[in-house]
Amino acid sequence: MELTGAEIIVRCLQEEGVEYVFGYPGGAVLHIYDALNGQEAVQHVLVRHEQAATHAADGYARASGKPGVVLVTSGPGLTNAVTGIATAYMDSIPMVVLSGQVPTKLIGNDAFQEVDSVGITRPCVKHNFLVKDVRDLATTIKRAFFIASTGRPGPVLVDVPKDVTSQKADFEYPKTIKMRSYNPTVKGHTGQIRKAVDLIMGAKRPMVYSGGGVILSEASKELTEFTRMLGYPITNTLMGLGAYPATDPQFVGMLGMHGTYEANMGMHECDMLLAIGARFDDRVTGNLEKFCPYAKIVHIDIDPSSIAKNVKVDIPIVGSVANVLRTMITMIKESGQSPDQQALAKWWEQINEWRAIKCLDYPRGGEIIKPQYVVDELYRVTRGEAIVTSDVGQHQMWAAQYYLFDRPRQWINSGGLGTMGFGLPAAMGAKFAFPDQEVVCITGEGSIQMMLQELSTMKQYGTPVKIVNLNNRYLGMVRQWQEFFYEKRYSHSYMDALPDFVKLAEAYGHVGMMIEKPGDVEGALREAFALKDRTVFLDFITDPAENVYPMIPAGGAHNEMLLAGRDQMRSTTEEGMILV
Amino acid sequence: MSTRRHIISILLENEAGALSRVANLFSARGYNIESLTVAPTEDGSLSRLTLVTSGTEEIVEQIVKQLNKLVDVVKLIDLTEGPYLERELMLVKARAVGNDERGEMERLTSIFRGHIVDVTDSTFTIELSGTGEKLDGFLHAVNPDNLLEVVRSGVTGISRGQKALRV
Repeated sequence: MELTGAEIIVRCLQEEGVEYVFGYPGGAVLHIYDALNGQEAVQHVLVRHEQAATHAADGYARASGKPGVVLVTSGPGLTNAVTGIATAYMDSIPMVVLSGQVPTKLIGNDAFQEVDSVGITRPCVKHNFLVKDVRDLATTIKRAFFIASTGRPGPVLVDVPKDVTSQKADFEYPKTIKMRSYNPTVKGHTGQIRKAVDLIMGAKRPMVYSGGGVILSEASKELTEFTRMLGYPITNTLMGLGAYPATDPQFVGMLGMHGTYEANMGMHECDMLLAIGARFDDRVTGNLEKFCPYAKIVHIDIDPSSIAKNVKVDIPIVGSVANVLRTMITMIKESGQSPDQQALAKWWEQINEWRAIKCLDYPRGGEIIKPQYVVDELYRVTRGEAIVTSDVGQHQMWAAQYYLFDRPRQWINSGGLGTMGFGLPAAMGAKFAFPDQEVVCITGEGSIQMMLQELSTMKQYGTPVKIVNLNNRYLGMVRQWQEFFYEKRYSHSYMDALPDFVKLAEAYGHVGMMIEKPGDVEGALREAFALKDRTVFLDFITDPAENVYPMIPAGGAHNEMLLAGRDQMRSTTEEGMILV
Repeated sequence: MSTRRHIISILLENEAGALSRVANLFSARGYNIESLTVAPTEDGSLSRLTLVTSGTEEIVEQIVKQLNKLVDVVKLIDLTEGPYLERELMLVKARAVGNDERGEMERLTSIFRGHIVDVTDSTFTIELSGTGEKLDGFLHAVNPDNLLEVVRSGVTGISRGQKALRV
């Protein structure tokens, strides 16, 4: 049957089982919007800014595991989406972005709303396509979904000129796709795995360090079984939180710049590091020269280029995390090997000593709301079950430190790119994926103002989200660095003339609350969550002087952490100052 | 850490934009690129690209991994990991006025096994091929005042023996 390009696109989305497309119409995509009309299978969500479309699709993808789908017009529609595409790219989130393009014969003529979309997105997509022939459209879209969701996932852009959406072709959606140039390795090399198992079993001071790859690989079950079987301590990266239950005694917390004392000290002192689906990001490793000085390192990752990029490893294993862990579990069971219990007991004794420092303690009982306390209370009120998204800054770190995530896909944040404005649209996307679950966006007064307009989208589609605004009137993380490293010269980090967020929420048709006293925090949260079908904006007026601890100053090593109330911030090195 | 010159040969999908993905990778990640040549192969769906880069073993390992990660890259080989042949084509337009200059230029061309492919009353155009080193040698031998224009193709290469880069 012959269909127009626009109809083909919609049919492809139906065939892929796409539930939601987050988008914004414009000239170059009008045929596609016309084809979306009058069908029910694929529902379109009209955002208020294309960046929000990508973040919402991203939030949907992170919550559900299915690729997020975005539809934007040419030119500014696409350029607005770039930040969200780059955000998804840095965190390896499966996403398919369909963008309109000016008609084929106008490409390169500086036509109205023309931009080189393939060129502009090239550095921040896993792959992209410009479809010049309607007969290639269905196969290209199939490829886009295939590439986006396999191997190390990522965003894929399909740029479609307007004339291609009106031309006709026979429609047949390919059932499978094979590409000679794209074949991600899934199964790990057995010999390497065997060598790794020997090293793992022989460790006296082991540490498991797992990242977002475990979540992307749906390997939480395997990771949990593996770690419990061995009784080893485990730390998660910011992206990996929830992959291993945070309330489990073997979990030592997040590691890295704002990681726990026990996690970072454990990294420094361990004699065997097992890195699983993590990429040794600079926020995690600190000073590379002093990174894990005593450890032999095993690294499991599906992306060969992640291995030995920042840190040389002893045993690299390329493959899907779930697959490799399953093989390891079987091998260990079959071999009857067991860890050195005596050494392990001694190691735990050491770790528990570090734990006893209680690095995340903060003063309670004052007159002013401590931001950590809000997250603590939020955790209690939601019984630790909510899906939590965050923006970027101090509140993001407090959310990661104080909300204990027990399941994967419960914690959604922009870890790699650090995109302010991510939280609210991502929360909306997560709510579309799980309408029956509580979704909370932990944010700050800086970040939230970057994507505020989405309050309108949330009203239109009835996606009730609870917004927890930790309002300290400062761009807090900037302020913290200025306090520590710029002799308290608070250059342009104070936000004067903030809006009345309560009125603002009400203006968008939502509920607003302002909370100024610690004693009112719990009550306000309970009241907000009782309003099941309403979006509630909770504006918590928090301590502006609060800093995120522990902290490894840029350029520092894991054992050079600064603890709240115990350490004076030392000036950092010149090299540290150029790190961000 | 010592750096070494590597010649990486790549079979690439012959698609619009594939070349720019390779070039983009090098600029985005700050890798060094000394020369790059590309042309379609006997299989019209594939291009063969040869690039010369230098770096430490760690950097070149990353370059190879990152190139392999590009969806358009079908297969690649680092020629310098085994025995290989390398060739570059150079065309040189040189001043050749009077018997002395013309004679000298002819001798040099023959020593370097080049050909004079175009002649005017005041210039010779010389074609030479060989390794980059040999072409450099020729340019050093010619009086720089006589060099009017030099154009080099960039390096291309193939491995020695039975090993072949093909899909």
